[in-house]
Amino acid sequence: MQEKPQGAGDPDDESLKSDQRLADRRLFLQQSIAIAGLSFAPGNFFGGSEAFAEELPLGDAEKVKLALSVNGKKHRLSIDPRVTLLNLLREQLGLTGTKKGCDFGQCGACTVHVDGQRVLSCLSFAVMQHGRKITTIEGLADGNQLHPMQEAFIKHDGFQCGYCTPGQLMSAVACVREGQAGSEDEIREYMSGNLCRCGAYPNIVNAIMEVKNNGQKV
Amino acid sequence: MKPFLYYRPKTVKDAIAAVASHPDARFIAGGTNLIDLMKRGIVSPEKLVDINHLPLKKIEQKGGFLRIGALALNSEVANHKTVLQKHPLLAQALHAGASGQLRNMATVGGNILQRTRCNYFYDTAFPCNKRTPGSGCGAWEGINRMHAIFGTNEKSGQDSCIAVHPSDMCVALLALDAVVLVTGQQGERRIPFGDFHRLPGDNPELDSNLLNNELILAVEIPDAPLTRHVHYLKVRDRASYAFALVSVAVALEIDQNNIKTARLTMGGVAHKPWRFPEAEKIMTGQPVSESVFQQAAEAAMQGGRALEHNAYKLKLGANAIVQALKTAVGKA
Repeated sequence: MQEKPQGAGDPDDESLKSDQRLADRRLFLQQSIAIAGLSFAPGNFFGGSEAFAEELPLGDAEKVKLALSVNGKKHRLSIDPRVTLLNLLREQLGLTGTKKGCDFGQCGACTVHVDGQRVLSCLSFAVMQHGRKITTIEGLADGNQLHPMQEAFIKHDGFQCGYCTPGQLMSAVACVREGQAGSEDEIREYMSGNLCRCGAYPNIVNAIMEVKNNGQKV
Repeated sequence: MKPFLYYRPKTVKDAIAAVASHPDARFIAGGTNLIDLMKRGIVSPEKLVDINHLPLKKIEQKGGFLRIGALALNSEVANHKTVLQKHPLLAQALHAGASGQLRNMATVGGNILQRTRCNYFYDTAFPCNKRTPGSGCGAWEGINRMHAIFGTNEKSGQDSCIAVHPSDMCVALLALDAVVLVTGQQGERRIPFGDFHRLPGDNPELDSNLLNNELILAVEIPDAPLTRHVHYLKVRDRASYAFALVSVAVALEIDQNNIKTARLTMGGVAHKPWRFPEAEKIMTGQPVSESVFQQAAEAAMQGGRALEHNAYKLKLGANAIVQALKTAVGKA
């Protein structure tokens, strides 16, 4: 919650910020594409496939238009197709609550909801989410009112360092909604895609059990 | 990651044309495997054709078979009423695979086409005939405890591949006699599941018999009385969210304590999902008994060939078969 920008209430303020971020990002991408082009271009990249030369993606020229909604806010963007949903959220939209753990789909730290379903944002290109509704950890609470799962994690000490916690929470909420939180064993099985290196697992299971048993709306 | 073109077709025809018109184009659906491979520089397509908006998501019962669209998500299939009712073995296998998040992303077509998780295929510092044909095999003289015990030969190490196919879903589909419906520039064709994937042989870079520019449209599972006595047993290094050391799919039709039909397949043991027709024959017509199961398991593992670190799979495989069969008949 503390990560929410102070000026979030002011739309002008926020768009200014994201414009600046986009500009920074664009410069960075231009530079990295130029460097990548020098060092990694295979022999036939420019030579052998002239027929497709005009089709080759080069920097900004090949940005793709994308419209999606994040935590209820609509965004129209033009992005490099290589940007993952995770990087879009963190680096372009400033929503750093979603964490990058392994970045290879093995740890679950980057879990978000797409159209209500939990997915791994690191293993999806942002352009593939065109027209979809994304919910991140920043969209879980209702204003200053924490989500019941957040309350339960605090009550049961469901974390130590907290790095995996946003992903654990997004997965935990989905787990209850999916109807897969019927027992401790079931929770352990259906939460197995979220790793916690501090080992807070027993407390996480207790938190989810409590939310499930209280029958609160999640 | 290298730059690529991105294209979002609206029709199957458009999608096929988009891939066929470029020498280095790939379809992308869930992306859970392809993006992983692209991030690591193992594959670098110059063009991605995003097929997520094609109308291939339907799961529907047709005359005599269930058709599952290639874009149906693993979680949708695993929780689908008809699948649970008529093909519970498939639901069990799907639930054993990956995690809740990945099952919400991965599609049926993508699951079939996923690449091996052999560490040497993933580690570009090592040679790999699958990644770079002709470069050699890192696993042959490396740590090969996860690798194949069937479908390999003397040539495998230097010139071929000892990796295993990682899917759980495919092990069940093979046992259920599924058929893969594909389409391409030459039109549609149906491939029996056992013929879809291939052994590495002289072309370990090829995982399947799908042709260039062909797209999977659906999987069809014929109706069969294999609903009550089925079980998918997956043995792995940790209790959940890990690839199989070995996995077993069994489906039996039992009539008055006699085995009328038997299906037995295994994952984690070969370059493709592996079926045991001899062991199935041994059980057919026999009474349900542990000794029949033992005979079947013994016959199944007979052709297995251990590498330096995976001899345990011969014993584990036999035990897993017996265990799965006993569970399927409620005597575990």
